Amino acid sequence: MIATIVRNGFRALRRDRGALVLCFVVPVAFFSIFAIIFGSMSGNSTPRVHVLVVDEDHSVASARLVRGLHQERALATDTRPETKTGEPKPPEYTAATAEAAVKNGTAPAALIIPAGFGANPISFTPGPGRQPIRILHDSSNPVAAQMVAGLLQKVAMTSLSGSMAELGTRYLALASGGLTPQQRQNLDANLARIRELDARRDAQSDAGAAAKGDNTGGLVAVETRDVVGENKKNSMIAYYAAAIGVMFLMFTASGAGGSLLDEAESGALDRILSARVTMTTLLAGKLTYLALLASSQLTLMFLWGAAVFHLDLFTHLAGFFVMTVATSFTVASFGLLLASVSHTRAQQASLATLLILTLSAIGGSMFPRYIMPETMQKVGLLTFNAWAIDGYTKVFWRDEPVSHLAPQVGVLLGAGVLLFLAARHFARRWESV
Amino acid sequence: MAPTAPAASPIPLQIDSIVKRFGEVTAVAGISLEVHERACLGLLGPNGAGKTTLIRSIVGRVRPDSGSVRVFGQPASSPAARQELGWVPQELALYPLLTGRENLDAFGRYQGLRGRSLREAIQWCLEWASLADRADSIVKTLSGGMKRRLNMAAGLIHRPRIVLLDEPTAGVDPQSRNHIFEMVEALRGDGATVIYTTHYMEEAERLCDRIAIVDHGRIIAQGSKDELVAQSFGTRSDVLMRLDAAAPNAEAWTASRGGTLQDGVAHFPVDRPSDIASLLEAAARDSLDVIDLVLRRPNLESVFLKLTGRDLRQ
Repeated sequence: MIATIVRNGFRALRRDRGALVLCFVVPVAFFSIFAIIFGSMSGNSTPRVHVLVVDEDHSVASARLVRGLHQERALATDTRPETKTGEPKPPEYTAATAEAAVKNGTAPAALIIPAGFGANPISFTPGPGRQPIRILHDSSNPVAAQMVAGLLQKVAMTSLSGSMAELGTRYLALASGGLTPQQRQNLDANLARIRELDARRDAQSDAGAAAKGDNTGGLVAVETRDVVGENKKNSMIAYYAAAIGVMFLMFTASGAGGSLLDEAESGALDRILSARVTMTTLLAGKLTYLALLASSQLTLMFLWGAAVFHLDLFTHLAGFFVMTVATSFTVASFGLLLASVSHTRAQQASLATLLILTLSAIGGSMFPRYIMPETMQKVGLLTFNAWAIDGYTKVFWRDEPVSHLAPQVGVLLGAGVLLFLAARHFARRWESV
Repeated sequence: MAPTAPAASPIPLQIDSIVKRFGEVTAVAGISLEVHERACLGLLGPNGAGKTTLIRSIVGRVRPDSGSVRVFGQPASSPAARQELGWVPQELALYPLLTGRENLDAFGRYQGLRGRSLREAIQWCLEWASLADRADSIVKTLSGGMKRRLNMAAGLIHRPRIVLLDEPTAGVDPQSRNHIFEMVEALRGDGATVIYTTHYMEEAERLCDRIAIVDHGRIIAQGSKDELVAQSFGTRSDVLMRLDAAAPNAEAWTASRGGTLQDGVAHFPVDRPSDIASLLEAAARDSLDVIDLVLRRPNLESVFLKLTGRDLRQ
């Protein structure tokens, strides 16, 4: 009896392609995506933190520190904006331009070496007279500031060995009650050798990674400041409202878009198309419905965020409206396309699950893209999740004006149009046979 | 000056040599038809004969490989022709989560109705389908018969002059079937031209004044019921004589009189009812007990059987 039940179960599963895909293809596909994203993080392709470096000191010590930061594999440093093709090299970042760049999302952190740093670059104890290095960061990427601060200590230890030795000598002289002329001569000779070693290391373009150090030390004084979210109550609410919102929007749109398949199956679609309604009109109607549904869902999500998590919705209404319209349109087109390429509800459900979870994983709906390897971050831009999340982040996090949303809105609307045209193309099979 | 003769009204439906193939299967193999004003044409044939494909060709849901369909002189795909056609598909082509009234409102709007004319059309539909008291019930809560009637109403809300009913009684109980017959008769009373597909000959006999028998994508006979019977059987009728099962010579006796014996019932073709008397006399003479006797005029099913060698519901 039990064997019969088991056999029937497997027979039915074998003939239900949708269930088969959900059962065997989706988990494997997901495992692969997560393995690519997280598996590679333990290897050499660990995402590097992009940091802008401003040297206001222009001393030997600051130059060594900048060089050390450049050579640090965990950091991707820039001292000036990228040079555009055919244009002259732009000036180096200043504290102000670096701060603006962090605010507009060019990099998650900037490191400012202040004037006077070189006179007293490191210290074993806190005290006056030190010029702290400032780290400006965007707390929507909470990992970046901590990494930069830790790596800065490491780089200081390895790149400023001369300064460390000099400081050590001073402490020794103080602690021992004064050095004899002979001792002073020997120490000066050793300091000269250390400076020579520093100079030789400077001359090497790639000295390799420095030895591991204690990132929590305080050799160089550091002052960090969140330049983007310093006045915001919760850095990640807007991010997740958009990220989760877009993912569920896709599920909603694909489910509602499936009504097309229900109507085809019941014969209602035939009846509608035999009346005065054309397929284009019908799809436009469905698109409008799906887009309105998606907009309502996003609005509810952000209203909830405003009410419960203090998301600052009401001062960003224009940006929210623009992004919501663009995102809803694209997601609605996506839902229609899924329905028009599928032949059955089961097929549509499995295709939707596979695509939505994949796009959401790659596009940043499940975890932020900045923690992914650089290649995956670029691949993420092929998903409309990424563009929608970037747009909402610009609005709610960076307080950028609506005009700055042009790239995101352009990509989303363009993708929406293409998806709709594809849906129209595949829907030809319902027109007449 | 001689008065100008009024222009002849175009024929409601003209089908000319329609062919439709689906891969290797020829669903419609060159059907030509004319349906005149206020007529009711029955398309009678078994499942898979091509009736539905023909109907779907008329309403533009199937694109024929060759041939043409004209509605009041207009190509069937033209907006003017579509307005004249009302199609009731076999399936329950309704929105199950809307009420009956909401369904009628939606399909009325798809047909271009608005405002007062839409409201009046909905009211007419609800009364015609006897659904006024369940107008605001969700469709999926209605009985099978009610859904069928609503399905018909949704197809005819724009009051078309040509009504195409594709097996409208499929799966309904006898009472609901009778209700649907009355709805069709009411339509005919209002002057509609009706094309009615079925594989129930009693429906075709009751509702249609002309019948086209469809088999393997072709019309194999066409005419009124009496014409079809006369074409196939002339004036001949069948006498069905049940004989005593114990009679040892029943089969030989039946054969000697030109009949066949099936399950103890002897079938004799007769030209005149008076031939029955001579059969009874012969049976008495040969000591055969006749248990009962029926004179049966051939019907459409007999015609179909004779023309195709198959039963209508096979």
